[in-house]
Amino acid sequence: MTRRVLILGATSGIARETSRCFAAEHAKLFLVARDQEKLAASADDLRIRGAESVETFQADFTDYSEHSVIIERAFSIWGGLDGALIAHGSLPDQLSAERDFAALRRAIETNYFSVVSLLMELAKLFEAQRNGVIAVMGSVAGDRGRRSNYVYGSTKAAVATFAAGLRARLAPAGVQVVLVKPGWVSTPMTEHLRQNFLFASSEQAGRGVYKSMISPRAVIYLPWYWRWVMAIIRSLPEPTFAKLNL
Amino acid sequence: MRLYTSWGRYPPSNPAEVLPLSWVSEPPDFDQCSHPVLAYGKGRSYGDCCLNNGGALLDTSGLDRFIRFDADRGILRCEAGVTLQSALRMILPANWFLPVTPGTQFVTVGGAIANDVHGKNHHKEGSFGCHVLSFELLRSDRGRVLCSREHNKDLFEATVGGLGLTGLILWAELKLKRICGVYIDSEQIRFKDLEEFFELAAASDESYEYTVAWLDCAPTGKRLGRGILTRGNHSNTRTSNIPVKRASSLVRGLNAPEILISRPTIRAFNWMYFHGHFRRIATSTVYFENFFYPLDRVADWNRLHGRRGFLQYQFVVPYEKREAVREVLQLTADSREVCALSVLKVFGAVHSVGLLSFPRPGVTLAMDFPFRGPSTLDLCERFDEVVKRNAGVVYPAKDARMSSETFQTYYPGWTKFSEFLDPRFGSDFWRRVVPTTRGAGT
Repeated sequence: MTRRVLILGATSGIARETSRCFAAEHAKLFLVARDQEKLAASADDLRIRGAESVETFQADFTDYSEHSVIIERAFSIWGGLDGALIAHGSLPDQLSAERDFAALRRAIETNYFSVVSLLMELAKLFEAQRNGVIAVMGSVAGDRGRRSNYVYGSTKAAVATFAAGLRARLAPAGVQVVLVKPGWVSTPMTEHLRQNFLFASSEQAGRGVYKSMISPRAVIYLPWYWRWVMAIIRSLPEPTFAKLNL
Repeated sequence: MRLYTSWGRYPPSNPAEVLPLSWVSEPPDFDQCSHPVLAYGKGRSYGDCCLNNGGALLDTSGLDRFIRFDADRGILRCEAGVTLQSALRMILPANWFLPVTPGTQFVTVGGAIANDVHGKNHHKEGSFGCHVLSFELLRSDRGRVLCSREHNKDLFEATVGGLGLTGLILWAELKLKRICGVYIDSEQIRFKDLEEFFELAAASDESYEYTVAWLDCAPTGKRLGRGILTRGNHSNTRTSNIPVKRASSLVRGLNAPEILISRPTIRAFNWMYFHGHFRRIATSTVYFENFFYPLDRVADWNRLHGRRGFLQYQFVVPYEKREAVREVLQLTADSREVCALSVLKVFGAVHSVGLLSFPRPGVTLAMDFPFRGPSTLDLCERFDEVVKRNAGVVYPAKDARMSSETFQTYYPGWTKFSEFLDPRFGSDFWRRVVPTTRGAGT
């Protein structure tokens, strides 16, 4: 069976690797991103890597009016979808988000508002189709608010809560909702951070996302050890946690 | 930020900044960069030609997309950061192979061009650059420049083997080689000394596509220069079944203790390897990865050499001066240095296109030495005297120590090459061998 997969935010580092996994099994891919040249380069690459068909759609996710157009087009082109991945996002600079409301708003728009708007559109069509997988990128940053990135973290926590509710709503229709929580991954989004041994490669993370869409689970941490790292961090009592410079 | 070291992990070098590249359509802005820049792929160059102390490294590992693949004619266009491994995985199912491959598949296409790498089939196919049809170069002074044998031929020839100093390679187009399967019919033949090796090599090079020899560099006297010659051809055994194995890895970031590579351990290992098969000739049909890339099975094998890293000395001398090989082996035997691995091959007559290309007709010997301080450097100096006397040259991709006089003797073409240097590019290697170059770290 050829899978038909929609990738939103297709030029992100993790989405690139996930798309390659789908291409290797000759899937059909519908890529959506902002930059036309990057989309074209990604599409060529995926076709050569084995994708049976690759369609591209240029869109800015902060233009909400486009969302229904994107999703409907992706559903109609191959008569349905087997999976959709929401992978776009940005890592806002915490300090500027603290000082500047416009930056704060932008961070929330990109990482939360645009994500849930797309999820609502996806939910409608997947519910009617009565099967499929929706995967959405959360983050370990959403597991507990840390002083270094609580703006980003709070948007991801909100996405997690939203995804949990949506999962319950779509379960009767046989549609699965996967929340992917990567830890640190080397991608263009994190290239300015100092890397340590906990960093995973984007290949590793992208393959993890692919696997989570093939055999869906509710929540998946990438790599697996973050589940335990975050379990510890969540269990720290508040006074102790506040003292840690995390 | 990840660590940016060379494969030999000597000498230590720290870039002032690293600019990761992800898209050909988003090239680096050289004007934003106050340091000399240098492309860095997978860090598989042994010496310091991939290092830029105090400068900026352009990390090309994100430039890893295929651009066009003509499965009928066997022409692949891909971005410069594509590794040979990912290229192979893509082209093999269509029965294509790389025309030339070095001893590891973890190098990038850009790096393979910049070092004009060679492989076990040099006597048939020449070096990697011989099969590069074209590439696009990003220069700080001229922008994007398409280079091929027809367009900007001078710059093409300077860039092949040009150690990344003529600009940033954005993508390249390669002519592939038709094969009928992923297996190699291989033979391993023990030889007792260098004479026997040269006879075997001469007898094999005609009918075998791939030949290379492992030398047991531990014994002295009569047994000096004994080893095992491996030769092979693409097998006609057709198979669509391509196993994908993962490399095992040493614990990340951990170095082996230096005692691991010492005279007794190497002597014991080599003895076992040399006597590894009972008959003088062993034949087998092996998966191509096991034939071409035996060392790739241990991901971080460079760390076996210990904390201080290692040097590889690789030279080529004209065939009629092949006695130089014996002289170098003798110098090694007489020294206190430990040669952990040595590889011998006869290069063929195919001309390399690059101005600074290393491969040329003759005999090449590569030897790995764990770095043990000044004594290791001294030994390499003595090798240089032998190589110079015998009209040979040393391989810049492997070098971390030769003097500027030595380099300029080996490569008189460097003055012409200098005309093609990108004014914003620099490397530790180039500042060492041409010390007048401007740039950081000087």
